[in-house]
Amino acid sequence: MSDPRLAELDVIILDYGAGNLRSVVRAVERVGARPEVASVAAAMDSADVVILPGVGAAADTMRNLRERSLVEPIREYLEADRPFLGVCMGLQALMTVSEEGGEHPCLDVLEGRVVRLPEGRKIPHMGWNRVEQLRATPLFEGIPQGAHFYFVHSYYCDMAKRDEVVATTSYGTDVTAVVERGRLAATQFHPEKSGAYGLRIYRNFLSGHAGNGASR
Amino acid sequence: MLTKRIIACFDVDAGRVVKGVSFVELRDAGDPVELAALYDHEGIDELVFLDITASHEDRNTVVDMVRRTADRVFIPFTVGGGLRSDADMMLMLESGADKITINTAAVERPELISEGAYRFGSQCIVVAIDARTESDGSMQVYTHGGRRPTGIDAVAWAREVVERGAGEIMLTSMNTDGHQDGYDIPLTRAVSDAVGVPVIASGGAGNAQHMIDAIAEGRADAVLAASIFHFGTHPIMDVKRQMQAAGIAIRMEHADYDDVL
Repeated sequence: MSDPRLAELDVIILDYGAGNLRSVVRAVERVGARPEVASVAAAMDSADVVILPGVGAAADTMRNLRERSLVEPIREYLEADRPFLGVCMGLQALMTVSEEGGEHPCLDVLEGRVVRLPEGRKIPHMGWNRVEQLRATPLFEGIPQGAHFYFVHSYYCDMAKRDEVVATTSYGTDVTAVVERGRLAATQFHPEKSGAYGLRIYRNFLSGHAGNGASR
Repeated sequence: MLTKRIIACFDVDAGRVVKGVSFVELRDAGDPVELAALYDHEGIDELVFLDITASHEDRNTVVDMVRRTADRVFIPFTVGGGLRSDADMMLMLESGADKITINTAAVERPELISEGAYRFGSQCIVVAIDARTESDGSMQVYTHGGRRPTGIDAVAWAREVVERGAGEIMLTSMNTDGHQDGYDIPLTRAVSDAVGVPVIASGGAGNAQHMIDAIAEGRADAVLAASIFHFGTHPIMDVKRQMQAAGIAIRMEHADYDDVL
């Protein structure tokens, strides 16, 4: 059943030149919201929800964010604990530092390092993996424990604060799959490529910030 | 645990699926997008579209197919066939494809792999390798749809494409392709053991046991099939159940979008 309140939300999908956003846009539309793709910080001012997607390497992501003067606005937005969903690189970019291709400072919103997946398995970690929900959160409403989501990544978030990790997957080690802190949520997997349960993540996140203008 | 992926492949000619697809329940069984949506609904893990249109001058038909697929299907899909430049790749990725696959163009100009990987990321560059095991036991790369021998060793080529930035290898055996008699296990294993990226076994799927063998003995990370799904004789979830029963990690849920949302 769709949530009619989602159509009223001001959903901003940040475009920082990291490639194709079409699938994220379509996923958000499919759950009933009307997202706007924006590449300027001013778009975040009136946003109810900001989504940071992305693939590729951390260094490129940070350079792209800097070139568009998005680094400080994103930090400020998150300091104010406004609703924010990071996806894949949109999670890794929030960390203190990334070891991908050197040592690259990131947004430093979440404490911890982005490190290479352990050797001994095929890299990238590519495909549908079982996601273990560590605690109940509205983000997982309607999603069975152990449901599979689609991952594509070679590095993962080694979180300093374990209580911020709400779901993990297993790939040679416990890999951070979902992070939550206040009104910030972020996934290592691609919900827009994870079938019906993936779309349910978008729906749950948006529903959590819909209605009553609570987020403004 | 990371599951092994079951991938369905569609050969598309001028926007229409070829190779006798017979689904009575579909309004238009020749429409790749209709089929993609159906397969997604029935539990497929990933999709590949190979454009076999003779002339690649007019890309509008393929772009339209990719866009419409991205509108309806929320699982990963790959597009290939006649992509020769990073502009070709970008067109497909911007239209909504998650990955692109290159074959002959990569052999003719290997820099294309590195250029694509640099610009778009390794995760979306799938190099397709068509190989044949010759009578002397060597494994040779073929191009141009399996018609032209190159003199290149398949395992050496697999290593090279990974060094150049391929994120995945789609390996088709010219010996087994089209026979539905099982995948080429020695070839698959030789390539999979030689590289650190995922390998998709292709060519020869006739039943679930063939897929089990390709994974258990061939060490494939994913198995690709066309005919056995298209003819409707092997429903996707039946195949998956058999594979799971054989001890292979498989994604068994295939929830309906309308039920979950």
